[in-house]
Amino acid sequence: MGLIIHNNLINEEKARALMGSCPFGAMEYKDGKLSIGMQCKMCKACVRKSDGAITFEEEQASLIDKSLWNGVLVFCEHYGGHIHNVTFELLGKAKELAKVNDEPVLALMIGHNITSKAQELYNYGADSVYVYDDPGLKDFLIEPYANVFEDFIKAVKPSAILVGATNVGRSLAPRVAARLHTGLTADCTSLEMTESKDLVQIRPAFGGNIMARIMTPNHRPQFCTVRYKIFSKPPRIESDKKPIAMTVTPQMLASHARIEEIEVKSPDVDISEADVIVQAGRGVKTQKDLELVEALAARLGARMACTRPLVENGWFSAKQQIGLSGRTVKPKLLICVGVSGAVQTVAGMKGSDCIIAINSDPEAPIFDVAHYGLVGDLYKIIPSFLKELDNVQ
Amino acid sequence: MNILVCVKQVPGSSAVKVDDKTGLLIRPKKGNKLNPYDLFALQAALDIKDCDGSPVSVLTMGPPQAMEAINECLWMGCDEGFLITDRVFGGADVLATSYTISQGIRKAGAQDLILCGKQTTDGDTAQVGAEVAEHLGIPHLSNVISIVRRDESSVTVKALQENLIVTETLELPCLLCLDADINTPRLPSYKRMKEMGEAKVKVLTFADFEDQDKSHYGLKGSPTQVQKVFPPEKNDNRVLYKGADDKLAAKLSSILKERKFI
Repeated sequence: MGLIIHNNLINEEKARALMGSCPFGAMEYKDGKLSIGMQCKMCKACVRKSDGAITFEEEQASLIDKSLWNGVLVFCEHYGGHIHNVTFELLGKAKELAKVNDEPVLALMIGHNITSKAQELYNYGADSVYVYDDPGLKDFLIEPYANVFEDFIKAVKPSAILVGATNVGRSLAPRVAARLHTGLTADCTSLEMTESKDLVQIRPAFGGNIMARIMTPNHRPQFCTVRYKIFSKPPRIESDKKPIAMTVTPQMLASHARIEEIEVKSPDVDISEADVIVQAGRGVKTQKDLELVEALAARLGARMACTRPLVENGWFSAKQQIGLSGRTVKPKLLICVGVSGAVQTVAGMKGSDCIIAINSDPEAPIFDVAHYGLVGDLYKIIPSFLKELDNVQ
Repeated sequence: MNILVCVKQVPGSSAVKVDDKTGLLIRPKKGNKLNPYDLFALQAALDIKDCDGSPVSVLTMGPPQAMEAINECLWMGCDEGFLITDRVFGGADVLATSYTISQGIRKAGAQDLILCGKQTTDGDTAQVGAEVAEHLGIPHLSNVISIVRRDESSVTVKALQENLIVTETLELPCLLCLDADINTPRLPSYKRMKEMGEAKVKVLTFADFEDQDKSHYGLKGSPTQVQKVFPPEKNDNRVLYKGADDKLAAKLSSILKERKFI
């Protein structure tokens, strides 16, 4: 399996052309031979350009029996029984995915004194809710939680698993996926299900302006994480089903770590809950110039947000960054000021009801996602807008 | 205590794009840098070294030029560097990457504390650290914001969990993924650069690893497969306004009024 280079079809000129076609600079031409190094990301750009000189050899037939794996599982994230909203959003998506092949929607909740709280998962569309309820599982500790998750997967064999990309989910999902030697796709922005129960995981990739369509064709379960606010919370429909209790053994609770103390953090200025947001990007040239953007935000009662370069400049805290490496937001109004709109940034704002972009570059990709684009100079538009507002009142 | 920091060399800019017409990927601008998130893990390790003299090793996986990233870490104050590089490891996803790194760590000698950054700027998955810990069979903790205490057998740290700050004690060996902005990373020292040169980096290839089953590495060891890449979808309902800036300001005002935001 992999890329096969047919060197008999390649001369130096062709080799140079193919090397130029590789976006990762992974090819080398030495002693009349073209070879591919470990920078290769398997994008197959070279295959399409090579006229048969480079071919991709497909994986042999799948070795696993996919019929043994059934159901779309949602891992329930909660704090002391208070269920995180991302769980309900994932249940809504799981229902859509499960419908394709008439699979059940499963939910897994781990904790202590949570069985009554777990009932709520039925109200948001789960067909079966499984609970590991034990004093030893009261707080999140990686080893016991991973052991319990592993026990569940081996017992119930879900085909696909959706985990919220919260701090807990991003710690637990990779741990369990690695233990089961299966794939894991982080921060999916879109999910689809094929008729052969293969989960199509779509996310921005390679740190660039590209989306990748990723699958886990020969392994089960198929694991992915999804950010909060990517999917919509489904309607609540009262159900009287009871959660299914699973057995916790002392072996599962073995841990090399212990909790000393848990403090509740003073509430952050959390942009992911804000209704109106003004986001500053690199078009804002100096830290002093931020005052202008802040004046706009203040006038609209908006929270301030930013793009990654402004966090790297030290102008904002990382918590104020919208994007793949920051927060996902879904406000009623988002005004992007001097934001170019890299796919990483855009991934964090797609669900917004109304996006207005101000940018002097008519080619800026932000205009591809903004509902209203204003091609102009933010340093003139914003003062003029604020002045107009003042005149009205 | 022996400390090892995992780092990665990433593209200097995230400029990979898809050509709208041909559907081909366009090569990013030249130049690489040390993943900025790793700097905080390096600084945390070097803080411990400054305190008690603990040796700090640094390890990366990448093409031969990733040696540059290791050298930068050595000039910052790390004592020993390891570069995992081999064509066998190409095309690796999270599972194969983390497994390869865990094999490399086993060859780098006994470690008490392994530190990783939060994520990389090119992959953005924030998953490799946790998977490495699983392959090594040691506990890990993500989103660590401070190392509170440590002794010969354990380390006590604070970590963020949504709206909670959790103080946890982990037995050694363990792996910690450190959050960004928790300290002020240092710069490479010119003096160390002059003194050390580029001598101390050990190269690890497939042949050096304990596990000689090639199907565990690279593309073969990767359960996930990229089926295709495509440009992000465009919004066809957009309205684009051009013109004089004061006219645009008036437009902004009318949109916001229409939508009842002002």
